[in-house]
Amino acid sequence: MSTTTVEEPTEVAAAPEPFWTRQRRFGVALVLLGGLAAVLFGSLAPSKDARFTLTQDADGAAISINGQLGAVLFGVLAVVAGGLLVAGLLKRWSNTLLVIGIVTFVLSFLCWQVAGQFMSLEDTLSGTMDLALPLVLGALAGVLGERSGVVNVAIEGQFLMGAFAGALIGTMAGSVWAGLISAAIGGVIIAAILAVLSIRYLVDQTVVGIVLNLFALGITGFLYERLMQPDAVKYNAPPQMPTVKIPGLADIPVVGPVFFDATPLLWIALILVVVIHFGLNRTRWGLRTRAVGEHPTAADTVGIRVRGLRYLNVLLGGVVAGLGGAYFTLVATGSFTKNMTAGAGFIALAALIFGRYTPIGAFGAALFFGFAQKLAFYLSAINSPVPNQFLSMLPYLATIIAVAGLVGRVRAPAADGIPYVKS
Amino acid sequence: MTAEATKETREKEPVEREAFLNVFLRNLWSSNSVTITVLSIVLAVIIGAVLIVVSDSTVLEKFTYFTARPADALDASWTLISSAYSDLLKGALGDPEAFNAWFSGTGTWQDAFAPLSETLTYAAPLVFTGLSVSLAFRGGLFNIGAQGQAVLGCIAAGVAGFTFGLPIVLNLLVALIAGALGGALWGFLPGLLKARTGAHEVITTIMLNYTAGLFLAWLVIQKGIQQPGRTDAISKVVADSAQLPSFGGVLRVNLGIVLAVLVTAGVAWLLNRSAFGFELRAVGANPHAAKTAGISVAKTYTLLMAVAGGLAGLGGATQVLGTAYALTPSVAGNIGFDGLLVALLGRNRPWGTLLAALLFGVLRAGGNRMQSFTGISLELVNVLQALIVIFIAAPALVKAIFQLRAARTTAKG
Repeated sequence: MSTTTVEEPTEVAAAPEPFWTRQRRFGVALVLLGGLAAVLFGSLAPSKDARFTLTQDADGAAISINGQLGAVLFGVLAVVAGGLLVAGLLKRWSNTLLVIGIVTFVLSFLCWQVAGQFMSLEDTLSGTMDLALPLVLGALAGVLGERSGVVNVAIEGQFLMGAFAGALIGTMAGSVWAGLISAAIGGVIIAAILAVLSIRYLVDQTVVGIVLNLFALGITGFLYERLMQPDAVKYNAPPQMPTVKIPGLADIPVVGPVFFDATPLLWIALILVVVIHFGLNRTRWGLRTRAVGEHPTAADTVGIRVRGLRYLNVLLGGVVAGLGGAYFTLVATGSFTKNMTAGAGFIALAALIFGRYTPIGAFGAALFFGFAQKLAFYLSAINSPVPNQFLSMLPYLATIIAVAGLVGRVRAPAADGIPYVKS
Repeated sequence: MTAEATKETREKEPVEREAFLNVFLRNLWSSNSVTITVLSIVLAVIIGAVLIVVSDSTVLEKFTYFTARPADALDASWTLISSAYSDLLKGALGDPEAFNAWFSGTGTWQDAFAPLSETLTYAAPLVFTGLSVSLAFRGGLFNIGAQGQAVLGCIAAGVAGFTFGLPIVLNLLVALIAGALGGALWGFLPGLLKARTGAHEVITTIMLNYTAGLFLAWLVIQKGIQQPGRTDAISKVVADSAQLPSFGGVLRVNLGIVLAVLVTAGVAWLLNRSAFGFELRAVGANPHAAKTAGISVAKTYTLLMAVAGGLAGLGGATQVLGTAYALTPSVAGNIGFDGLLVALLGRNRPWGTLLAALLFGVLRAGGNRMQSFTGISLELVNVLQALIVIFIAAPALVKAIFQLRAARTTAKG
């Protein structure tokens, strides 16, 4: 989606660099947040140990710190990182400083919350990966479409269709792999309608996407009530994807059980991130895709088939999003229910935008949003006074801030959402 | 479009001397917007019928020996489809048997009009959210945020309804205004962001929808909001004096639908007769030209989104004050997203939107009866709605399917 400015941009290439650069604005935000953390979290935190255990339970090896001390300490560290950014020192490391600032702020918050309790790092990481997995796949589907100039707000619909098809065919065939393949096909069905209507019939892509979400919601809900609900054993009991354990590597603490004792879908997602990143930036297909997304007329002039490439990428996106849908029925739960994706497709869209339309960025954003979700569950489990609904809002608010350019504007591909008509 | 077409034929009449009926028939089968709309509905109904048959195992079994005795399968399919759709119509417009009972004295008039009342009850909030989306569309903005704005409208109207305890009439008025203001705030934010920073309203409104939903989920379980003595997520009940008056009993239809018609007239005036309407249409047609002409695009976007949000907020208010009476996390249902479909079906014209909302009301009310009588899931209605709008949005597709001629006006230009 192109973010066209209403008024003429006034900040274009002023000769002396303005004082309030992006780094400095980040810095001020960090100083404020860090100060808030040190004072507020520090004063609220009880002076008890916050234990971060390496294993699933409260026992075993753990990193432990006094909650109050930790909250103040990490808050101060965030202030220091912000201060360095404002002062303009260590300019080469500004991104690292930013990451340090955000991480220390989160740590300060955690020290406050966990004080007197324990938090399992392994459980946190595996929960984060679980929640992020469909978001990664959905966001990658978005990357494929949007980088070639087709807006895909139908990720939610592709998820639902994938989840439904995976459950239905997986159960009927009695094979999880048949389910996985049909989930991909389910995603492709929605993607194909999106592609034909937006590329061939030039219907507004956002309109099609939104309507397709409602269509997918309706048709999966209808077939669920007509087929699956009356006879769940026959139609809605898909086999679950087995976890595969790699001996040796799986024994590494924290990381091992999460990545090397995992379902193949997790590996597929991680591989796809790398493949699509490499493909977009290093291959002929990627160069052409980006050309078609930025300047289709120029691409057409040099002989690239604009519409053909857009069809291909949207359909590939359907495959990827369909796999993301498979997560819901073949990995997370053992059956399909109405509207079971519950807005995950839109968080994937948010991750795509927050990740600046790049595979790696989208992956990072999906992890961040997954972590926020996991934290929300954790906080409600330990009866934290912080309402989990507000943590669940985080992905949405972060995306609004990102597109509004309050902290560095996100730029969409130039021809995103504009149908190409050969003149 | 049709008016122009007939005008053109009238001009040509002395030359060609065509019979009026011929011209009429030819125009009927050309791709004007009425024909496309009707054919879209027909196509959706046909696909719906296929879905009904495909998902019914007893009928499907008869298809296994289709080559031996095709009549069996066709008969069973026809019975199923016709009973489903006739239930839909009876549930939305009225059951002839109920009317007979009323005339012969064995039934009440309330029972006879109950289906119609249901249709109007479901249509009322959709008129508001539909108008919200249509109006924004005319100004070149795609307001996906009607859902979030309606949620805020629900919250504000509901809270005002059970907090203030004002006298009759005034209480209702305050609650309605609160609902409109709540929605307006939620529309103003993306409008302001669009005007100031260029943030695309599609993205910001999608995100605000979910933020609003989560906020509502949090709010209804807070002290002072949650109904005393309840542990589930439900708020206090809106005071009697703040509820939209209705006939009571089976006739749930309330003042909301009257309000909806009045607001439609208001929006039609605003759009076509007021200075702001002119500005927003100019901005919608071409923001650069509008800016050159001296219209502040930024101001128009902000104000337009606030007004659109206010309309959706009123939709939420009608939902709470007219039928739900208490806040729950799902009190707004799907009225915002349905409003989007309604606006597209009504071609972004105020009166068209009203008609589209009535059609959706018919489907929703009839769907309830279809579900309880024929056992066909209400979800079919969602499929029908989405399909109708998909076909409406792609007129070229409908033209291709039915081999329509290009409309005469477009053929000329």
